[in-house]
Amino acid sequence: MLTIHNLHAQIDENKILNGISLTVKPGEVHAIMGPNGSGKSTLAKVISGDSHYEVTDGEVTLEGKNILDMDPETRALSGIFLAFQYPVEIPGVNNAEFLRMAYNAKQKFQGKPEADPMQFDAILQSKLELVEMSPDFADRAVNFGFSGGEKKRNEILQMAVLNPKIAILDETDSGLDIDALRIVAEGVNQLRSPDNAIILITHYQRLLNFIQPDFVHVLANGQIVKSGDKSLALELEARGYDWLVSPVNG
Amino acid sequence: MSSEMIEKLTNQEYKFGFQTDIESDVAPKGLSEDIVRLISERKNEPQFMLDFRLKAYRHWLKLTEPKWSKARYPKIDFQNIHYYAAPKTKVKLDSLDQVDPELLKTFEKLGIPLFEQKQLAGVAVDAIFDSVSVATTYKEKLLEAGVVFCPMSEAVEKYPEIVKKYLGSVVPFTDNYYAALNSAVFSDGSFVYIPKNTISPMELSSYFRINTEESGQFERTLIVCEENSYVSYLEGCTAPKFDTNQLHAAVVELVAMDNAEIKYSTVQNWYAGDPKTGKGGIYNFVTKRGKCAGKKSKISWTQIETGSAITWKYPSCLLIGEESVGEFYSVALTNHFQQADTGSKMIHIGPNTVSTIISKGISVGESENTYRGLVQINKSAKNARNFTQCDSMLVGHKSKANTLPYIIVKNASAKLEHEASTSKVSDDQLFYFRQRGIGVEDAMAAIISGFCKSVFDKLPTEFSVEANQLLSLKLENSVG
Ligand SMILES: Nc1ncnc2c1ncn2[C@@H]1O[C@H](COP(=O)(O)OP(=O)(O)O)[C@@H](O)[C@H]1O
Ligand SMILES: [Mg+2]
Repeated sequence: MLTIHNLHAQIDENKILNGISLTVKPGEVHAIMGPNGSGKSTLAKVISGDSHYEVTDGEVTLEGKNILDMDPETRALSGIFLAFQYPVEIPGVNNAEFLRMAYNAKQKFQGKPEADPMQFDAILQSKLELVEMSPDFADRAVNFGFSGGEKKRNEILQMAVLNPKIAILDETDSGLDIDALRIVAEGVNQLRSPDNAIILITHYQRLLNFIQPDFVHVLANGQIVKSGDKSLALELEARGYDWLVSPVNG
Repeated sequence: MSSEMIEKLTNQEYKFGFQTDIESDVAPKGLSEDIVRLISERKNEPQFMLDFRLKAYRHWLKLTEPKWSKARYPKIDFQNIHYYAAPKTKVKLDSLDQVDPELLKTFEKLGIPLFEQKQLAGVAVDAIFDSVSVATTYKEKLLEAGVVFCPMSEAVEKYPEIVKKYLGSVVPFTDNYYAALNSAVFSDGSFVYIPKNTISPMELSSYFRINTEESGQFERTLIVCEENSYVSYLEGCTAPKFDTNQLHAAVVELVAMDNAEIKYSTVQNWYAGDPKTGKGGIYNFVTKRGKCAGKKSKISWTQIETGSAITWKYPSCLLIGEESVGEFYSVALTNHFQQADTGSKMIHIGPNTVSTIISKGISVGESENTYRGLVQINKSAKNARNFTQCDSMLVGHKSKANTLPYIIVKNASAKLEHEASTSKVSDDQLFYFRQRGIGVEDAMAAIISGFCKSVFDKLPTEFSVEANQLLSLKLENSVG
């Protein structure tokens, strides 16, 4: 589904990704772990098309199509969703209206009918329940004045509404209490299907208690230094990252 | 103007005057007392109007062009302008096929109905919807209610007492350079008179009037609302307006008596000049002022300014009547090389007067957007209140926004609140939209419309939708 091959990327001449290769198949959940600054968020943003980053080498394909030449909205419409580590606030833009714009953009892209505000409201209500958000959220400005946890849940709400092919969650679990964590995990598990895939970027093994990953990768200095199954996450929890990011391995 | 020049002007020989070829409908270029007389004569004006114009002209000669605004523009040659042209009926085209396709594209994007498109482009409309018949029905309905709505020149003829009483009563010709010029040479404009205890049965729109004849570059508007009356007046339209006259210096005067309310909305989309150089755009130097003469009277100005190369306007309220209310809601968008210097003046004179100023400035490209406002509380204005909010939004890295609020308080009981903010549309915000599948233009439109919502809400409903689309259109291809 998503294939990353030998991906190199930099920002202002600073090399951040140094040859990443990763293959994600439908139905799979991949966890990406790694110390701060190892390039996890960069990977997520490069995949979704943030133009601050320059791709200097490598390929990324979605269902066989090269996505590196696509603009960010086309990548999104093709099924890539990023739950941001730090969702930006957009004052003045109504959350429900924003979501409807996104939903309709996708419907249009797929040649399906667009939803009017009434129809969309019905869709939204059911998704709000899923993430246990009060309907008030729909009427507030996008992320504006939201608490950290509310922002994260809002990302999951958007994911639930847009039903992407591949969802990348960038530390969506950070800073969440156990209840919020459960809600986020439920949102993700709802999306999980044989047709979709998920990349979970996380620091903590605790999210992986709720969402069982098929693979765990460790990112260090812009490279995947180790891959394994769920047991790797447990090992990392016990041993930390140092044994993987020592100069010998790096 | 130098004294030398004044001399030259006043001593000018009787060159053109009344002996201008009758066939020709345009006076020669330049301004002189003779030209002023010619204008008045051609319009068959009574003596009081000629006197009004001449006094204004003589005063104008003593003034110098103001320089205080931030706007930069080449010197205007006031002797290189035609000050009189006989009202022309527009050339009618047979069908929309004859209209510039670019213009049609714009209409479509704005969602202007076909019938209106035809009217705007000067296409003769179908028999049933003939513009004349529409205008006539409209007129009849107003007449029934006792509302007078006609061109200023017609008002001078039919309602000379009202015109005499109020013309120049809010904006005297001594007010400023352009007001003096306008008073001397004004071509035409709207006249509205709402008698006592009358609610105008519909929105009045200048659009119906200018369709039959052009008002030219020195437009003059007077609206008088007697006791307990109400009118909502709409000036301009969202369709782009081209004009060969570069300088526009209009004067608008509003008078509201006891318990009367005037709502004056403007949507301005004049040609802003070549997007790459800024050349050829219109200079829009307007004096707009309302007088809340009566107790509990109310005047509110709402403006959406998107056009012109240079805009200079400060719709103001003189709050004289006890408990009178003045409001100013403004969205000014500048793009490319446009310069806007706009804001409001609220002069509190009567006790318990209340004013509100909400200004939203959006600067895009290399444009410059200045809010300039004055809130003045006179000694006589006990317990006056003002709330001012000025928000600026910058799009791109080369645009500028300035906020210049002036406050004069001479009565300690006054309560003033001032809020100001400057924000920038960040790359991160745009990326957030795009990551959700929403393109840059739609994203900008959503951000801008959110930013302007509190002002758009003040517009007549159908217009607020159009205004929204107009702004998105103005932003096209300017971000990304
Ligand atoms: N905009 C930027 N400008 C310069 N350096 C950056 C920028 N964004 C990220 N980096 C650098 O790239 C590296 C990887 O960052 P990031 O991808 O955010 O790591 P992670 O998400 O794994 O914590 C860090 O060293 C960080 O300082
Ligand atoms: Mg990160």
